[in-house]
Amino acid sequence: MTPFMSTLSLIAPEIGLTLGALVLLVGGAVRGERAGNVITWASVGLLVAAAFWGLRSAGTAPAQAFGGALILDQLALFGKTAVLLAAALVLVIGAGFLKIEKIVKYEYAILTLLATLGMMVMVSANDLLTLYVGLELQSLALYVLAAFNRSSLRASEAGLKYFVLGALSSGILLYGISMVYGFAGTTRFEGIAQAAHLDASVGLVIGVVFVLSGLAFKISAVPFHMWTPDVYQGAPTPVTAFFASAPKFAAIILIARLLMGPFADMIGQWQQVVVALSALSMTVGYFGALMQTNIKRLMAYSSIANLGYAMIAVAAGSQRGLEAMLLYMGLYLITTLGVFACILAMRHTEGMAENLDDLSGMSKTRPGLAISLTVLLFSVAGLPPVAGFAGKLYIFLAAVEGGLLWLAIYGAVLSVIGAFYYLRIIKIMWFDEAAPAFIPSDLVLPLTAGAAAFMMLPGAIWLLPALERWTQAASASLF
Amino acid sequence: MDLAVFLSGAAFYVFASAAIAFAFMVVSARNPVRSVLFLIMTFFSAAGLFVLLGAEFLAMILIMVYVGAVAVLFLFVVMMLDVDFVELRQGFLDYLPLGGLLGFVLAVELIVLGASWRVSEKAADLRQAPMDKDQENLRAFAEVLYTDYAFFLEAAGLVLLVAMIGAIVLTNYHKKGVKRQNISAQVARKAEDGVELVDVKPGQGL
Repeated sequence: MTPFMSTLSLIAPEIGLTLGALVLLVGGAVRGERAGNVITWASVGLLVAAAFWGLRSAGTAPAQAFGGALILDQLALFGKTAVLLAAALVLVIGAGFLKIEKIVKYEYAILTLLATLGMMVMVSANDLLTLYVGLELQSLALYVLAAFNRSSLRASEAGLKYFVLGALSSGILLYGISMVYGFAGTTRFEGIAQAAHLDASVGLVIGVVFVLSGLAFKISAVPFHMWTPDVYQGAPTPVTAFFASAPKFAAIILIARLLMGPFADMIGQWQQVVVALSALSMTVGYFGALMQTNIKRLMAYSSIANLGYAMIAVAAGSQRGLEAMLLYMGLYLITTLGVFACILAMRHTEGMAENLDDLSGMSKTRPGLAISLTVLLFSVAGLPPVAGFAGKLYIFLAAVEGGLLWLAIYGAVLSVIGAFYYLRIIKIMWFDEAAPAFIPSDLVLPLTAGAAAFMMLPGAIWLLPALERWTQAASASLF
Repeated sequence: MDLAVFLSGAAFYVFASAAIAFAFMVVSARNPVRSVLFLIMTFFSAAGLFVLLGAEFLAMILIMVYVGAVAVLFLFVVMMLDVDFVELRQGFLDYLPLGGLLGFVLAVELIVLGASWRVSEKAADLRQAPMDKDQENLRAFAEVLYTDYAFFLEAAGLVLLVAMIGAIVLTNYHKKGVKRQNISAQVARKAEDGVELVDVKPGQGL
């Protein structure tokens, strides 16, 4: 094989996804709206195929493509598999919603494909340019998806808000990148690591802080979180499910790779920033959630708090920390998609049931869904014996090992406050007067929620070691 | 002192201060059309800075693309949209203290940064696409753009594709009940479809 062909074979899943998206785009343009359904299912097939195709490189040595622009290691593989499967699941659980709301359009699936492609580039970025291009590909597609329901004023507002603030954060990110490049003379991660290893000037530190601020916007870490509740509430629910899952996962992997790769020697400088972001995110995430009555806004605050926990592990800056972060985010991904499957299943005749009052007495009207949601909320709250508890425990252990004892204690105290809130929702579901029943939903929604809840239960204890083995292999690729 | 060094130094300060002054005018001008015109002047000053750096090709591209296409498009949009800019500016004074404070802090930070700016000792060796002194700009670009940087070019192309799809999805309405021109139906129409010959009897009408 020529070097070019071997480079291409390394990113075969990405190329396959790109070509597939282009073919489907032409197909959609020719066939019009009638093709919407076919294209959605073809996209799901493409995403799943790309995930399994990528898995053939499991356990192989890290390789670089395009002269070092992209790196294909176990961490990238873990990220890509998770992102691809999450995107596929979001398309599956969202199909029914789009049909009922009459916003079926073939572009929806194609934009999801292209956003996923951007996330795949993000998780295997090995160059600041790759990082930026991947991030923009992802964000631009997400801005459009947020405003996808044009007849809804809220969706348009969400799209506009997300776009304006996102453009601002991209500007901050680019400004930081230009400073790092100006100091190191290169945008390759290995080169930056060499330059930063020798000495870290003020310019480089400010550059790193700007880059971190730009990326913190993407994972909606406080104080860059203002857009999150409005966008989560305004965007169509399947799009919100997508926002809360795959992009967060890709962005936190990108942050970890950046901080533990090229900037590993500057841990003294960036650790304080990450600790501050993490502590603030947990605080605002939990206290903000206390006042919410809309379940989508609640999930926005929940994702802010969860990413705060993930950042405790990043702040530890160790292999154990990275491992704990990946495990936690893996569990977060499954839980979030499960909760959103529940939210999508809750519909009255006049529209989606988005208020917490609508949940009251759900144990009588929809017992299966209520059980799934209860287990998932237990997991989000991090209560034993559900898997979410293990995720938080690993993070606290990694933080203590990394010398961040007080941050671990703070996180543990806050999760008690959070638990109060999640338990209140469970109380509404099980002990309050029954509200009007929901109309029957697609079978796939309760099935997804049930499967996600099952994976969190101690019965599925085999899942945790399997996930742990994989996160161990993935985290080893940065150390 | 060497005259060439003095001249390039003087040119730098002229272009740099012009760029800052025009950029300030962009945000402070009352009339949006003037803002766009000042924006064009800012682009010109930045192009001058590029020339001083020895990046003539980038300078030309900046003028052709940004002044020639983007700024003119801006101008059309500003002139066609009826936006009440006086109303948009109303909150200006309310936000001035906070915005001014943030701007001041940022400016101090940037001054500290500029004063202590240092390039890594390794930077010269780490450069990815170093260029010969006597090589032309365009050739230097051409050698790497479609080879070493092919991935970035393709990925940027995909970003543009997403922008295009997005613009179409968000703006293209298919309104029901609007008559649209169907060219193939028009061309396929024959005389028999459109004209009917009727034998009208006198005094009866149709």
